[in-house]
Amino acid sequence: MTALRFTLNTELKQRLDVSPLTPDRLNGLSPAEIADLPLQYGKRTLKAGEAFLVEGDDTTRLVFSKASAKLDFIGRGMSGGEIQVEGQAGSYLAMQMKAGKILVTGSVDAYTACEMKGGTVVIHGNAGDFLGAALPGNKKGMAGGIVLVKGDAGDRVGDHLRRGAILIEGNAGAYLGSRMTAGTIAVLGTVGAYPGYAMGRGTLLLAQAPASIPATFSDCGMHTLGFIPLMLRSFAELDTRYASMADALKRVRRYAGDLCSLGKGEILVAEQP
Amino acid sequence: MHINGVQIDPTFAEAFPMKATRVIITAQNLKWAYHSAQAMTGFATSVIACGCEAGIERELSPSETPDGRPGVSAMIFAMGGKGLAKQLETRAGQCVLTSPTSALFAGLHEGDKIPLGKNLRFFGDGFQISKRIGAQRYWRVPVMDGEFLCEETTRMVPAIGGGNFLILAESQPEALAACEAAIEAMRKLPNVIMPFPGGVVRSGSKVGSKYKALNASTNDAFCPTLKGQTASDLSPEIESVMEIVIDGLSENDIRKAMRVGIEAACRLGTENGIRRISAGNYGGKLGPFLFHLQEIMA
Repeated sequence: MTALRFTLNTELKQRLDVSPLTPDRLNGLSPAEIADLPLQYGKRTLKAGEAFLVEGDDTTRLVFSKASAKLDFIGRGMSGGEIQVEGQAGSYLAMQMKAGKILVTGSVDAYTACEMKGGTVVIHGNAGDFLGAALPGNKKGMAGGIVLVKGDAGDRVGDHLRRGAILIEGNAGAYLGSRMTAGTIAVLGTVGAYPGYAMGRGTLLLAQAPASIPATFSDCGMHTLGFIPLMLRSFAELDTRYASMADALKRVRRYAGDLCSLGKGEILVAEQP
Repeated sequence: MHINGVQIDPTFAEAFPMKATRVIITAQNLKWAYHSAQAMTGFATSVIACGCEAGIERELSPSETPDGRPGVSAMIFAMGGKGLAKQLETRAGQCVLTSPTSALFAGLHEGDKIPLGKNLRFFGDGFQISKRIGAQRYWRVPVMDGEFLCEETTRMVPAIGGGNFLILAESQPEALAACEAAIEAMRKLPNVIMPFPGGVVRSGSKVGSKYKALNASTNDAFCPTLKGQTASDLSPEIESVMEIVIDGLSENDIRKAMRVGIEAACRLGTENGIRRISAGNYGGKLGPFLFHLQEIMA
């Protein structure tokens, strides 16, 4: 069986909601039934067969080819299987995803992995704002799984994060981990202003010292923490630089905060060489 | 049956069902991993009075441990699940949590879950931090030397306790030398522990006693000083008997350990005073698992 491939064959003028195209929702459907599925396109609907050339038959492995930044909700709520996006993706990728794997060769827009429950998301490009966050008005962000961004991420990464890990190999924007309840966010590059803003619990692991540590975080000194190598080694199957950084990141300066919130979170800044 | 002149008795060891768990203790170096593991598995020779039987299974290189530090694996056996969980928790809390640089991880990944750090975390007085890594949950408990890292649960599996064999020799030093050789060989095997001091017990017991308060007493049939005073199982040349008790995760694990141990003891042969290998056979009163010596050594 070959992967079910959706090749975008039209130039999108509106945003296209592809949330019906997930491995679990397509399971058991014939190619004709899949091509006939209605997709929300702006204020009207478009059949999947009109937007995409549909080839292949393995509904456990989907490929979006020539993907555009106007494709929203890729892998929304999926509970298994794999999706590969060749190109860019729009907003809400992996929203409320429960299990499975999504790989994007390009960049993604805002609210990627928002309210995600489990599974793995790998972004080879950059990610927009509110990566792994809660939807506007909601208070529960990403609650499980792993998100790896090889490039940079925008502002408010992990807003209301509850569990799981967000790994950013590039830079991250402002308000990293704002209002976090728990979980881990790691950044190898620089971070913007106000990291850990109003975080209650959870961990920000930073390879580089931020320009300034917020005044509401208290310096707890340098420490060698055993959980860091343990955690980083667990990412080995992701092909990420983190997996080989156990020694480089295990000695950290610990800042506890945000003291204007619960104050049991932490910013861990790796010892600078 | 004779091996290198040593008689293998046509008898069997009797063993009984237990519950077992395994944990991995790591530390800054092997020395401190051993300090912690030895404390945790201390006073755990026999369920008769210790509540559990425990021992160090083997050393682990950094590549074999979850946190990449040197460590040891230890196993605890008890008669039931509740007792095992209680023993594990108190021992981990008093002996591993307290031990400098230690960390504690599950050593089994199948079976029923039992708490490891699940309750020890409360020592952190609210400053403890949970970390879910992969499918496992860990606790980071702040302590005076840094952080105590502990996996939330480990697993408990059905197991077997009380596998054994006796080494009968012409003198006490010769019996002990044979036991040491056997233990050295047996410690290379996985899934078994020999819970007595140095792996050897010199006070083998029989079921029951003339005193009502006791449910076990000295195995007088194998006491050399009683040869003329009781229904002895010893011939005149036997001056010392020592026992090796084995707890294991399966019948096969115990069988293998007994074979390796008996082979090592027999290698010393009659020229080193080793005359017989026998076993604790209590006429079916003790347990359902029978380990026939001659079958094992065939």
